[in-house]
Amino acid sequence: MSPLYMARSHEIAARLLDGEMMIMSAHDSTLFNLNEVGTVIWQAADGATALEDIVTEKICVEYDVEPVEALKDADAFVRELAEHGILLLSDQPIAAPAAAPKEGI
Amino acid sequence: MSTLMEEMNERALEAGVPLSVQFDVTYRCNERCIHCYLDHNDHGEMTAGEIMDVLDQLAEAGVFFLCFSGGEVLMRTDFFRILEYGRSLLFSVKVKTDAVMIREKEADRLAALGVQSVQVSIYSHRPEVHDAITKLPGSLKRSLAGIRLLRERGIETTIANVLMRQNLQDYPGVIALAKELGAVYTIDPTITPMMDGDRSILHLGISEMDLRQVFRTPELIDNVDEFCAPPPAVDDGARDGLPCSASHTFCYISPYGDVYPCVQFPLPTGNVRQQKFLEIWKHSPQMNEVRSIHGRDLSTCSACSHLGTCTRCPGLAYLEGNMRGPSTQDCEKSFARTAIPSANMLAKAAATQGSAGSCHLVQITGLQQPFAPGVDVRKIESHLGNQLL
Repeated sequence: MSPLYMARSHEIAARLLDGEMMIMSAHDSTLFNLNEVGTVIWQAADGATALEDIVTEKICVEYDVEPVEALKDADAFVRELAEHGILLLSDQPIAAPAAAPKEGI
Repeated sequence: MSTLMEEMNERALEAGVPLSVQFDVTYRCNERCIHCYLDHNDHGEMTAGEIMDVLDQLAEAGVFFLCFSGGEVLMRTDFFRILEYGRSLLFSVKVKTDAVMIREKEADRLAALGVQSVQVSIYSHRPEVHDAITKLPGSLKRSLAGIRLLRERGIETTIANVLMRQNLQDYPGVIALAKELGAVYTIDPTITPMMDGDRSILHLGISEMDLRQVFRTPELIDNVDEFCAPPPAVDDGARDGLPCSASHTFCYISPYGDVYPCVQFPLPTGNVRQQKFLEIWKHSPQMNEVRSIHGRDLSTCSACSHLGTCTRCPGLAYLEGNMRGPSTQDCEKSFARTAIPSANMLAKAAATQGSAGSCHLVQITGLQQPFAPGVDVRKIESHLGNQLL
């Protein structure tokens, strides 16, 4: 399986609210709410870190989950976000993703 | 409102997060609308650098929805610099503009920056009516050209139609324009007093009888029967309820850095040139006073049958002299919807009846009896509306 890189689209609005990421697509104003684990993946989607590394370094160390299972779920998750156009996917590193949103109070 | 949006608002309310902010970047304007509540002279508006610093603070405070308005935002030659910075902080940005100065280049920038929506005020489909309200010759033609450029680029655009005596008959034409342009249409019958409390422009508002008609027009109201139904019995939910989002999940910032609970609630709470935004939001005594008010704390309104359904604006009440008191304009709306007078209207009628006993008073007292549609009653309502507007 080739590495998968993700970058946040510039065509979004996003803010961390009470530990969960709220994202709105600028295309159609669809609103998304990512849970805690989804938020970790989203914030780590810097275009340079492969999904497998994010799962290993950010998910498996924090949550009680098997790496294979976690990667499978994470892969499905990022592909779903990509279908909505709020996350860009590539088998090569991606330059200049949108900035990670600042944390709210 | 979607369920997810409701959840978002509830979480923001619980966490004390200012989810939405309206930021007027200037009060200067190229139009001189007859109903405008602003002083258009520049008394020292913030620089782009100051505004960008405030935007950083708003992002840190958790603001998600940011509305840039004015005045006319494009009167600032640095507006796109401010907008670009706001989008880099990932705000969901709405821009209110008259669109007069939107050409290809401006429309391209707005589209490229991923603005969520643009709102433009259109008063009539007839240039002689619209331009007489804006006092800018050619403004309708130019505003519509601007909207077309926005729509050609797929930017969601809302046409806001403020209703006044001058343009009351023209809303069907504006609806048709919105349809042709692929724009969302909204109507607003509220004329807001001047920021300094001057209420002289309120005479521009439509009469109570006309408001009644507007509220019963299916083209404007989704479900007329539901909208105009008598209010349900007041329960603890209404008594414990909050008047609106002002100071709870929303606030307003002026071009001079003044922070207010809302754009039409000019209660000074602090200034971002002197304090950090979060310090004002969390600790301003005025913000916290507004936050402390629930339905049961309202003088007069807590005993009103409309308490649970009234659109009572605490800012308009404040402009009448008491943020816990009634907003007469909203009393009139509740009455126009349901034909049931508010506690405020009954109290005023009773007080005046006790002291003077004029012709109007007898008629208003009559409305306390069960409502019966008919020519006479409508005539009475007309008196009531004219007296209160």
